[in-house]
Amino acid sequence: MARYDRAITVFSPDGHLFQVEYALEAVRKGNAAVGVRGTDIVVLGVEKKSTAKLQDSRSVKKIVNLDNHIALACAGLKADARVLINRARIECQSHRLTVEDPVTVEYITRYIAGLQQKYTQSGGVRPFGLSTLIVGFDPYSGVPSLYQTDPSGTFSAWKANATGRNSNSIREFLEKNYKETSGQETIKLAIRALLEVVESGGKHIEVAVMTKEHGLRQLEEAEIDAIAAEIEAEKEAAEAAKKAPPKEK
Amino acid sequence: MKLDTTGMESAAPVWGSHNELVDGFSAAPSFELPNTTDFDGFQKEAIQMVKPAKGTTTLAFIFKEGVMVAADSRASMGGYISSQSVKKIIEINPYMLGTMAGGAADCQFWHRNLGIKCRLHELANKRRISVTGASKLLANILYSYRGMGLSVGTMIAGWDETGPGLYYVDNEGGRLKGMRFSVGSGSPYAYGVLDNGYRYDMSVEEAAELARRAIYHATFRDGASGGVASVYYVGPNGWKKLSGDDVGELHYRYYPVMPSTVEQEMAEVTGA
Repeated sequence: MARYDRAITVFSPDGHLFQVEYALEAVRKGNAAVGVRGTDIVVLGVEKKSTAKLQDSRSVKKIVNLDNHIALACAGLKADARVLINRARIECQSHRLTVEDPVTVEYITRYIAGLQQKYTQSGGVRPFGLSTLIVGFDPYSGVPSLYQTDPSGTFSAWKANATGRNSNSIREFLEKNYKETSGQETIKLAIRALLEVVESGGKHIEVAVMTKEHGLRQLEEAEIDAIAAEIEAEKEAAEAAKKAPPKEK
Repeated sequence: MKLDTTGMESAAPVWGSHNELVDGFSAAPSFELPNTTDFDGFQKEAIQMVKPAKGTTTLAFIFKEGVMVAADSRASMGGYISSQSVKKIIEINPYMLGTMAGGAADCQFWHRNLGIKCRLHELANKRRISVTGASKLLANILYSYRGMGLSVGTMIAGWDETGPGLYYVDNEGGRLKGMRFSVGSGSPYAYGVLDNGYRYDMSVEEAAELARRAIYHATFRDGASGGVASVYYVGPNGWKKLSGDDVGELHYRYYPVMPSTVEQEMAEVTGA
């Protein structure tokens, strides 16, 4: 098998593209990211590895704007992310210039996925080592969307998804607990999902919320702490309720 | 500016297109110089070559019910009328029309090309392209061929999600959004009638009659316009051809021959 992962354009005998699979490994080692779609809001949450004392935390924002109405979070190689994000931002503006209209979420996701695929079918380059979660509102219909792309260049739309470290556990949690929500409920759901695998507190997660009216808004640490505390309280109340009924008989 | 050949590329991508991979930006823009000794005079020559060719009258205007589009059907080569039955209103797709003024081949080819691009946009994005977007695609192509002798003076009229749309696009790469346009050698005459009779709230029949009369008057005074006055209406369900009247017949409809009072009657000379 070792002979089949040098030049990317080569398949292995059993149909694998090893470089792509190795890229997926890189994603699995990246920090956890979660995205949840509500009826009028979309939420992105990313695990924040503790910032070094001397580091200026403002320069390591992990959730970025692609345009006024589209945001992106990713898991994997951050340097690759920067390149991909720049290309996507240019494409958003280029689209506005040639068709006088903002991109739809699906269009820019297709573009990013197409770019990721191109690098799996060219000589001398390696695939991008990241999966992205792209959220936004359709500029015409106002409908919120959440899409995910991965290093192979496939993409699809999701109601809620996670990528990066422990994404399977987060996805399991979401599958069990997802329901159509709006506003604050959606934010809570996203944070609850992320807290399954991340230490609690505003210091360890970064959350951003996008609404049609206000675009992307990063939540302050204090806000995240407050919501996390609410979630803790609810959890404890649920625990207590489970134990209480037998006594009340 | 590099020629926009996206309309003419084959479906299969070129193998190993490295320039796109290596750099997000294309290299510093450079344009291909035409192959002539006198570069400065080249554009003037090209314009002179095609100057007489916009012999036509086309018009379009937006009103309450949608867009009205009308044109004549004469093609002239200098003083020779080469055809009286040219289709100058081109059906780009069921809800968008383009008018032809200038070089017939240029207009026909680039409108068909635009139709291809609009259809590809629909397939890729699962929604129709807007009139704004379609006109911009055409304008960008024409701009990239600027100075190379294309002669296109066209109006893109259609109905999209935002309602009726009308844009004027020409071979200089100019693109104007507006409510009333007329293009061609007969346009001054058409504007006279159109601007005089225009009201935003007309019915479809009133608007069609205004368009028809404007074309007729232009064909009456302009030698390079004539043939058949075609009138199309673009509404929320797409375009529909309303009428195609020979302008000669229209003349007698508007100005019927009145029997005049005779001053002296000629009588048959008896005998001889």
